[in-house]
Amino acid sequence: MTKSFVGLLAAALALTGLGTFAYKVFGLGYPVTRNATVDVWTIEARISFEGGAGSVKVSLELPTLTPGFTILPNQENFISPGFGFDTVYTAAGREAVWAVRRAEGRQTIYYRATVYADPAALEQDTTPTLPPVPELDEIYESAMQALVTEARAYSADDATFTAELLRRLNDPSPGQNAALFLSQVNNQTEKAQAAATLLAGNRIPARVVRGIYLQDQQRDALPVPWLEIHDGDRWRYFNPANGEQGRPDNFLFWWRGSQPLVHVEGGTDTDVRLAVQRNVTSAMTIAEARAARARSGIANFSPLALPIQTQAVYSILLLIPVGTLLIVLFRNLIGIKSFGTFMPVLIALAFRETQLLSGLVLFSLLVGLGLTIRFYLERLRLLLVPRLASVLTVVVLLMLCISMIATALDMEMGLSVALFPMVILTMVIERMSVVWEERGAAEALQQGVGSLLMASLCYLVMGIDVIEHLAFVFPELLLVLLALMLLLGRYTGYRLTELVRFRALSSSK
Amino acid sequence: MNLLAQARRLSELGVLGLNERNGDYISALNPRHLYPLVDDKLRTKELALQAGMAVPELYGTVHTDHEADHLENLLEGRDNFVIKPATGSGGDGILVVAERKRDDRFRLIGGQIIRLGELKYHVSNVLSGQYSLGGNPDAAIIEYCVRFDPLFDPISYLGVPDIRIIVYRGYPAMAMVRLPTRQSHGKANLHQGAVGAGIDLLSGRTTTAVLGNEPVDEHPDTGAPLAGVQIPDWMGILELAARCSDVVGLGYLGVDIVLDRDRGALILELNARPGLNIQIANGIGLKTRLRRIDAVADESRDYRQRAALAVELG
Repeated sequence: MTKSFVGLLAAALALTGLGTFAYKVFGLGYPVTRNATVDVWTIEARISFEGGAGSVKVSLELPTLTPGFTILPNQENFISPGFGFDTVYTAAGREAVWAVRRAEGRQTIYYRATVYADPAALEQDTTPTLPPVPELDEIYESAMQALVTEARAYSADDATFTAELLRRLNDPSPGQNAALFLSQVNNQTEKAQAAATLLAGNRIPARVVRGIYLQDQQRDALPVPWLEIHDGDRWRYFNPANGEQGRPDNFLFWWRGSQPLVHVEGGTDTDVRLAVQRNVTSAMTIAEARAARARSGIANFSPLALPIQTQAVYSILLLIPVGTLLIVLFRNLIGIKSFGTFMPVLIALAFRETQLLSGLVLFSLLVGLGLTIRFYLERLRLLLVPRLASVLTVVVLLMLCISMIATALDMEMGLSVALFPMVILTMVIERMSVVWEERGAAEALQQGVGSLLMASLCYLVMGIDVIEHLAFVFPELLLVLLALMLLLGRYTGYRLTELVRFRALSSSK
Repeated sequence: MNLLAQARRLSELGVLGLNERNGDYISALNPRHLYPLVDDKLRTKELALQAGMAVPELYGTVHTDHEADHLENLLEGRDNFVIKPATGSGGDGILVVAERKRDDRFRLIGGQIIRLGELKYHVSNVLSGQYSLGGNPDAAIIEYCVRFDPLFDPISYLGVPDIRIIVYRGYPAMAMVRLPTRQSHGKANLHQGAVGAGIDLLSGRTTTAVLGNEPVDEHPDTGAPLAGVQIPDWMGILELAARCSDVVGLGYLGVDIVLDRDRGALILELNARPGLNIQIANGIGLKTRLRRIDAVADESRDYRQRAALAVELG
């Protein structure tokens, strides 16, 4: 009964841990290795103009709703020496507004942001209200009605209607109704705007959006118009130049509406350049940003949300359960004894600072010297606690001596001795001397070597890069460790050493 | 060695391992709140005396360092005695004083001469918890040193041989006699180097024996054969062991009994986590016995009936 309950509990814990882990890896893109990177794009708008005598006001449309991409938070920069600056939300999106009382000579303003591909960034737009049928001159009115009626006849829904309409507008020899509208059109943007007007004629919400292709290293990217229509369910995207539906994967929507990207009041000779640069950034950064946007609470419930110094502490603390699981394996599956149940884990942590070899040397040196002194103290017949205190004091003095000698000899390793947990050392010395006296030197040395062996193995396993990374970034995996520990807690099979111990029994018959 | 095959073979033989002992037997049958009854040898002694069972006579207890300083008062007129921690484990911290010499000097059972000052220091170490479970402050017990039955003279080297009986759910399940050796410094604990000789439950005669984890036929120091030694009043000893289970209420219990030349069978101590080497001493897996007991165990029987039934099962 208990056994099956432990099994269920362990399964629940393991599933919770692995489920969260899987969501973070596959859903949010948390990297499972430390140095994983993803591509990000740095986009830059450079606005330069000749300042005049009066005040200057510059407004720049900013990327706001960008299907397929997300702007990295805290990675938007507005560089504008001497200008007052604000961002305002408008009906079309966001605008950066710079203003200054006087700006003489050539002025340059930069906007820079980092975006990353994020398929989840699609559906966050609101459903628009149905647009009113545009009021046009009579001649346009009747042409619009004719076009709408024709396109409707050849389509089944809003999307096919749009495609049909765009096909007519892009026809090399357009019909007379289409030609009437096209006579007013000088570029692709205006064609898209004409299409939006016609779509309104069929009461389909449509808007013109302009964006840029994110391709490696562009100094002067050209904004390209795109058409968004809402089919009552979601937004659909059309290329106004050919009527194809969809949005290229590397196409970033920058701003919506008919207004220009930049508007400069009080300046002349305005020059706007959009630049694109491909960069790589840590996959961790992106995953964090994505988790924060998903509002899953996972970003907050992560060691990465802690202050840096606390993070440093937890990056080590979260490894301790890995070490303790090893201890459980050593004890209950193999059957090796050590001084103090979890002492090897703590020694292993000290080894992280000293490195393995010098750690082993220092540890043996300290314990050896400490034991000598402990045996001497035994003759003085001190009470237990004062004796422990004396050993502890001597251990500290020994550590100091080793460090000073090492410094004098110009040896780096001696300095790290100070990182050994003194109390642990003292307890090891005390227990080892008791075992030494009661059970003999062989048993004491055997347990001592066993402890060092376990400490070394813990050190090696806890030092594996992937394990460090997994423990810190996915603390939920500790639930899986916990599940394993629970299962091992109900393991009633033989220990490896028992197979040898009971050898006589199995061979006697 | 094929490990899996070995594990399977041990399992077929009903050999009990540490994990299974702890997980399936001790944790199920020994309620934690009863541990102090056996971990504290003073309380065990008290309970046994109340039940009318014989124990080594208590000469005195030491609870404070002040009392330790005046240890000589307690030892007044005692030529031989045993000093042990009240909550010690595994035989650690036990001093067996065989003889009082002149000038406050004592001879230990191993032949070593020790001064009164050293005895006091040992007692003070005991008090501060050096040998106690978990390092808690402890008391020292000074008690009668058993003059053991000459029966075991040929097969023990100094020290006090004792009989260890595993009592499962009130039924004696397996027994051995633990014989001190030179290596164990007169102590009767197997992991300190004592010999364990299995006892046939029916006849009360020693059978096979173990030293360390290896079977032996002769005592390593005296060379006498270990098998075939008849334990006197065997039935009485089994009944005594079965009764201990009633007294402390533990379902998985190790009972240590010594045979005194003058006073007969005395209960030395009880153990809530008895070791597993008794299986090697007997050459039998303990689980086979435990299962047999499970099949017949019944609350209604008194200790005499249980001991009688255990003999049949064994």
